[in-house]
Amino acid sequence: MAVSRFWRKLKHRYNLIGTHCTTCNTYYYPPRKMCPQCRRDGRIEEHWFKGEGVIVTYTVIHAAPENKAVQTPYVLGIVQLDEGPRLTSQIICKPDDAHIGMRVQSVFRKLGEDSEHGMIYYGTKFIQD
Amino acid sequence: MRDVAIIGVGCTNFGELWDKSFRDIFVEAGVMAIEDAGVQGEEIDALYLGNMSAGRFIEQEHLSSLAADYAGLASINIPSTRVEAACASGGLALRQAVLAVASGYHDIVIAGGAEKMTDVDTDATTDVLAAAADREWEGVMGATFPSIYAMIARLHMHKYGTTSEQLAAVAVKNHYNASMNPHAQYQSPVSIENVLNSSLIADPLHLLDCSPITDGAAAVIVAPAEIAKQYTDTPVHIIASTQTSSTIALHDRKDITTLDSTVAAANKAFNTAKLTPGDIDIAEVHDCFTIAEILAIEDIGFFKKGEGGKATEDGLTAIGAEIPVNTSGGLKACGHPVGATGIKQAVEITEQLRGEAGRRQVDGAEIGLIHNVGGSGGTAVIHILST
Repeated sequence: MAVSRFWRKLKHRYNLIGTHCTTCNTYYYPPRKMCPQCRRDGRIEEHWFKGEGVIVTYTVIHAAPENKAVQTPYVLGIVQLDEGPRLTSQIICKPDDAHIGMRVQSVFRKLGEDSEHGMIYYGTKFIQD
Repeated sequence: MRDVAIIGVGCTNFGELWDKSFRDIFVEAGVMAIEDAGVQGEEIDALYLGNMSAGRFIEQEHLSSLAADYAGLASINIPSTRVEAACASGGLALRQAVLAVASGYHDIVIAGGAEKMTDVDTDATTDVLAAAADREWEGVMGATFPSIYAMIARLHMHKYGTTSEQLAAVAVKNHYNASMNPHAQYQSPVSIENVLNSSLIADPLHLLDCSPITDGAAAVIVAPAEIAKQYTDTPVHIIASTQTSSTIALHDRKDITTLDSTVAAANKAFNTAKLTPGDIDIAEVHDCFTIAEILAIEDIGFFKKGEGGKATEDGLTAIGAEIPVNTSGGLKACGHPVGATGIKQAVEITEQLRGEAGRRQVDGAEIGLIHNVGGSGGTAVIHILST
């Protein structure tokens, strides 16, 4: 991914900063600049999520394009944050330990790297709470 | 609006076509459709081509010009348009052709779909397919395309008790059907054990739960129903054409085990055609993974939510049963050249409704449904075809 493309979302990726529509009181992560429910009537402000939530569903990925930062098998899940929104993220745990309903907490981790001399991507993953 | 009919179809063999290029296969499919319809090239008013990612698979954009040029239609300067909605690109191309004819703007229109996937390695293909999902908030986080459907499968199992054996039953049925389809990529049957013993791709999906990487192209010719009989004794009428959208990311769906785009497209299609799911004799649905066929047969309304796995295991979707699904072998076994899939589905149903499907013929099939999905359900396209 281009440096600028990753860079412009850094604060959202590093710190789980999403958005909140004060018109309908809905929280968004990943962030949205337009509320899909209120559209132009929505009023959007930034919101820093606590980073606590629950696994809605998950998979253990055994086949993926080569990524030096993440070795297969790894666990990928959809996490529902306590404030409401759902996101897709890696769950750092043994594959057999992952389960639907597991409480998780966000952590700052390496997501990937382009090459030995290329960009390194950091972001949010989750561990068992 | 005018009624629209399919007057000709063509489809290449599906598979790893090392000796054929992108332009070879769409010309091959197009010529077959034109000869089947008995039209002259000069009669064709417009061309629509469904393709997901030639830009990344063969580093070629501007397919509209390429297709017209190599089909010999650039010499008459016809309007040529490439359309894209990931795996639903073919369905979109068909719908654009239908709209163009129904509106009265064009008479004879060719809708094609083509994808050349094997000119890059498997890692690159996996990455291209991941672009059907949300790159910034699914792909970057480590999601592969199979992993998205694996998460649907896991929750479907958790909520409804769907089993790995029921998922495997979809693959077993579709491989069996493909064994009777000379165009299919895989023409050998597999067993439940074969599926369950194949390597895990994204748990609970095994290799044989996944559609393969395929080269292929397909084409159909559509015309106003009022003149269709001038070209063929067996026109196939398109009695509904619907397209819907939903969130691109799976995590934003209201219900992760329902493709609400499919539900909406099906409801609109049945309303348009004044039919119910029980009226459908045969269906080609989007089985990019085994779980996807189970979702499709539930979300279209053939079976209640949560009962698709059991229905498949009980044989209700086999040829000769209540609602034969994916007689071509589906994406799973006939193959899934992404942009061609939606058109291949139309070719299969047209051949079935004409009674030309050979050993996989569904007796007395008069009304067929085709269902094409983009990504994990961000786009759905449904057509209902009738004799």
